[in-house]
Amino acid sequence: MIERIPQLILYGIFQGGIYGLLAMGLTLQYGVCRVLNITHGEFVMLGAMLTFTLSEGLGISPLVAAAIIGPLLFAIGFVLQLTLFKGLKDRAPSPPVFEGNALLAAFGLMYVITFIAQIGWGGVSVPSRYLNVRVSFLGMDFFLNQLIAFAIAVALGVAVYLFLNRSRLGRAIRATAEDPATAGLMGVNTNMVLAFCFGLGALLAGVAGTLISTLINARTGIGFGNTVIALIVVVLGGLGSVPGSFFAGIIIGIVSMLVVGFTEPVLTVPIYYAILMVLLLVKPAGLLGKR
Amino acid sequence: MGLFVLLLVFVVTFPLYARAYDVRVLTIVLVYVILAVSWAMFSGTTGYMSLAPAAFFGLGIYSMATLQNYLPFPVIIVTGGLVAFALALLIGLVTLRLRGIYFAIFTFGLVVFLGELVQYLEATIWLKHGQAIIPIDNEILLYTMFGLAVVTVLAIYFIRRSRYGLALQSIGGNEEAAEHMGINTTRLKVLIFAISSAFMGAAGVITAPNLIYVNANIAFSLFYSFMPILMAVFGGMGHLYGPIVGAVIFGYLEKMLRAQLYSYFMLGFGIILVAVIYFLPNGIAGLVPTLQDKLGGVIQKLRKGGQAGQHANT
Repeated sequence: MIERIPQLILYGIFQGGIYGLLAMGLTLQYGVCRVLNITHGEFVMLGAMLTFTLSEGLGISPLVAAAIIGPLLFAIGFVLQLTLFKGLKDRAPSPPVFEGNALLAAFGLMYVITFIAQIGWGGVSVPSRYLNVRVSFLGMDFFLNQLIAFAIAVALGVAVYLFLNRSRLGRAIRATAEDPATAGLMGVNTNMVLAFCFGLGALLAGVAGTLISTLINARTGIGFGNTVIALIVVVLGGLGSVPGSFFAGIIIGIVSMLVVGFTEPVLTVPIYYAILMVLLLVKPAGLLGKR
Repeated sequence: MGLFVLLLVFVVTFPLYARAYDVRVLTIVLVYVILAVSWAMFSGTTGYMSLAPAAFFGLGIYSMATLQNYLPFPVIIVTGGLVAFALALLIGLVTLRLRGIYFAIFTFGLVVFLGELVQYLEATIWLKHGQAIIPIDNEILLYTMFGLAVVTVLAIYFIRRSRYGLALQSIGGNEEAAEHMGINTTRLKVLIFAISSAFMGAAGVITAPNLIYVNANIAFSLFYSFMPILMAVFGGMGHLYGPIVGAVIFGYLEKMLRAQLYSYFMLGFGIILVAVIYFLPNGIAGLVPTLQDKLGGVIQKLRKGGQAGQHANT
């Protein structure tokens, strides 16, 4: 049993990179736009299923497909924020009311997107064939696609982090997250910034979906499970904290692999939830949260 | 009062002329009334959005499934309510110090957690997938559910009117201020949360026999969390009648649409939810004052016009 631990941890880190990517999108959307996007997992599912369509139908490699799917989902997210969520924000009497309404609207969207996907793809389960090559390294086995997915997830994570911290637009985003009213007075077009952030969140979800589709069999039903994981990771990392959610993703990845390796796979969600419960009690702001 | 007698007569005589299916529809509508009214009592007034109705409702369903062979039906109803009450008390003590969105996330997770936990228990300990429930006569279920709905609505009516109701509203308005006024906000929130959950649990027990077969996915479906919220928001939460109106309309719609176009129902539910939140954030009860304003203006104008006419005559 013990000798399996390094192997499981390695798998967990690989898995965790993707969880981190998932959660980064969600934390951006909540941290800046104040929309707790329950439909996040459906964007992941869309990413995975579109990858399948592009790679089967047109013979495009999944990595190239991600470059098409990302901007497409970005556009959908952008428009959603500009229309639906901006409208909700303008009508809500107070920020907490907006957060509640946005959550409910996102839940409604979840049904709409799932339904459209089910019409489009039916109940197909798509096998992952991309780079299914076994690699041995320091006595540990893994598949090449795991490594590539992890590398892309980390690269994207670092890119988003640098973008937020170094670029001009990134600074505008952080300013908007901190204090939208003042940011607006300082000449930031907050509506555009919010729309951009929501779009970026959707893009990250889509790319995570593409990566997931190279690892597991994608179905139209995978959305909700990913939403739950993203939520837990985001709370663990601190709502609104981008680096926090990435590290939390890796922690949850390792935990999930250890649980799958040593106990029942059905127990993973209850154990995530136990972690969440303890965390909310001890440090509700998360590992790297501010408050 | 007269309205209540009419309602009582309607429900009691309903099984005499309606089909068995319609009796079930009415029972489901009553379930939603209970869920929506109890949800609105806690979340509508305090602003803490609980996504947990499905957790307590599912707990009730599973109480019935596990206890049906050991205890008489009325005892199980009380037990289901107590189990939900106890869990809510625990959850409340743990979480109600959290503010805002964390509470929503926590209660959302609770539904998923309980579902997975039951699945795990079924797979490893009970060694069966899902459970059959012995059906009970439709009319008995209808009358029991009606009784519970009346108790729920009355209880909530009196809580709203009491000083606790006012205290709850002040928490919704400004929690810190409420605290400074000397309200023990945490205790009040936990207590009201637990009471509202008890009704949901009891409703789950009475619903179970209609389902005939349950598993974790059916009993702990998030649909039962969001449906009451949609109803309460649609009806408007400022008044007691708002969630009831919402529950009657959507409960009926759900049953009708599900039977006819099953897969499109989910699409419709999604679109309606988004549309209601977008266009009617204060519900139809919120429309009434606006309409009154507008109509009142028109009526006043007409009156003035009439008076002017009278003056002209004299």
